[in-house]
Amino acid sequence: MSRFLRFAPLLVLLLFVAIVAWRLITPDDTKIRSRMTGQPVPAFALEPATAGIPGLASKDLATGEPRLVNVFASWCVPCIAEAPLLMELKRQGVPIDAVAVRDRPSDVAEFLGRHGNPFQRIGADPESRVQIALGSSGVPETFVVDGRGVIRYQHMGPIEAGDLPALLREWEQAR
Amino acid sequence: MRLWLFALALLSAPVRADSDLPSARWANEQLPDPRQEAAAKALMEELRCLVCQGQSIADSDAELAGDMRAMVRQRIAAGEKPEAVREWLTERYGDWVSYRPPVEPLTWPLWIAPLLMLAAGALLLRKRLRRRG
Repeated sequence: MSRFLRFAPLLVLLLFVAIVAWRLITPDDTKIRSRMTGQPVPAFALEPATAGIPGLASKDLATGEPRLVNVFASWCVPCIAEAPLLMELKRQGVPIDAVAVRDRPSDVAEFLGRHGNPFQRIGADPESRVQIALGSSGVPETFVVDGRGVIRYQHMGPIEAGDLPALLREWEQAR
Repeated sequence: MRLWLFALALLSAPVRADSDLPSARWANEQLPDPRQEAAAKALMEELRCLVCQGQSIADSDAELAGDMRAMVRQRIAAGEKPEAVREWLTERYGDWVSYRPPVEPLTWPLWIAPLLMLAAGALLLRKRLRRRG
């Protein structure tokens, strides 16, 4: 056996250990991004999620100005964390609509009463159909939709203070 | 202090991570037509759950997986081909959502590797047998 072959198993082991160490230090990104970015919003029409706030249809998203669409739920804890940031975006003049996933009208009303309402329209999505049609894989997620109703950007997970500049920039660029 | 915290922890309610809405119709109910149900089941076993990413939507208890099962059954019952449903989901979530990888340049190694390894094994075996002989 040649000298090289004798060390081959050791080299294989070292390679294996190196790969394991690399993945331990920089874990794989397990987010599944929507492939709908760059595509028009799929056609849908959702009933109002709670009394007093209109429902949401895809035609409401092609109004000539870019908007945010927040996929949220009253039972989602990170949605509480991002609520004040959505209020801040509203204060800065960003129009925001929402899809309430698997929610009850009374629960949505309670959530908005407790955390404020940044939304102009909220559609009820009791079987996650619009969520799946958008390519969203969880709550909360936020999409930037331009004036022609084309999805331009997807933010996954709760919006944190550090995410505001990027979201505002994407929203400006979608004009 | 520590005891107080412990008592508080016992009293606190667990945080809900799921809605308490009942699951969608067809999420856990079989289609009346056995042939359609078989087609839907076969597809559901090859679609990956977006929440518990190692499971198929047929195996997962996640609510989103339940809603995806309901969607698959509804579409199959409406006469859609399983491959069309898979494609519709792939358009949204990428090839990732399907457990059956497509044959394309990026996945060629995946399909060829077993053949190459088999060939290498045969070669090794032949060498060894010849040495003995």
